[in-house]
Amino acid sequence: MKIDLDKAAKDDVIAHAIDWKSAGKKVAIATVIQTWGSAPRPVGSQLAIDESGNMTGSVSGGCVEGAVIQEALQIMDTNEHKILEFGVSDDQAWEVGLACGGKIRVLVERLN
Amino acid sequence: MKLEQIQELQIARSQKKQVALATNLTSGESSILYPFDTNDKSQLVDAARRALIQDRPTEIETEDGPVFINIFNPPLRMLIVGAVHIAQKLSEMAASTGYDVTVIDPRSSFASEFRFPNVKMDTRWPDEALPEHAADRRTAIVTLTHDAKLDDPALEYALNSNAFYIGALGSTRTRAKRQERLEQKGFNVDQISRIHGPVGLDIGAQSPAEIAISIMAEVTQVLRKGKAA
Repeated sequence: MKIDLDKAAKDDVIAHAIDWKSAGKKVAIATVIQTWGSAPRPVGSQLAIDESGNMTGSVSGGCVEGAVIQEALQIMDTNEHKILEFGVSDDQAWEVGLACGGKIRVLVERLN
Repeated sequence: MKLEQIQELQIARSQKKQVALATNLTSGESSILYPFDTNDKSQLVDAARRALIQDRPTEIETEDGPVFINIFNPPLRMLIVGAVHIAQKLSEMAASTGYDVTVIDPRSSFASEFRFPNVKMDTRWPDEALPEHAADRRTAIVTLTHDAKLDDPALEYALNSNAFYIGALGSTRTRAKRQERLEQKGFNVDQISRIHGPVGLDIGAQSPAEIAISIMAEVTQVLRKGKAA
């Protein structure tokens, strides 16, 4: 008997990125590279996004994924890697932030 | 990042290798590192080696700019002795928590594929099976049989290993008797105190799934906070 790899791979970000890319889709991968204070996901956490906006994995508790996807979709066309920073969300401002009061830095890159 | 690189990364992970992915944050160039397959003492490989040991990604400054090193350690492992009802639930929960799970039980009516579809089974006796699984600091061992013939040899093995968590199902009374038996085998009280028993956090769990939750919670607490409350 063998471990259920399909089940284990269900939320495997890299496995999904490979699948999507192999199916001819544009793919970007976002990785948390630094955190300060109370951050929802630890450094190294990843999110994969395809050209239709499908995503798997996470870089926060859902607070900044929307903004990361927007950047990722652009990067798929420009092929420039980018480092995004998200801080404390300000109810008065338009910017996207983390409700928990932490700060994170996220690397977004296209899969070639 | 190139598709070929993450394919290589995925293969290394499936082979349970300790692998790191270094990305230069200025150029965006990535490289895959196997710090334990080489004697390379360079700044980058050294940092990757340390990061893998500490199980924590890192960022370093190099001549070529800042480099982020992400790490991919093999999964944590859980060795469950006793293919009992609780083990059916615990093996599922541990797997979805990211553990590589093996259930050990020589009794064929318990250790059946019908009861454990998609779970790795080892149908040898625990004292024969366990040494081959070489429990290390990233391994949890849980005994669930209630049967001293099966649990005791497993616990003796566990106490001589570096397993980060050892848990044994059984009431406070069962635990006292077990303690006596293990003392007769030459283990002292300090050593025996590594065994969490009654197993799991006290959340009033009753059903097999609830007990599995309490065990999984305690294993997580020991892993992340060092020791159970």
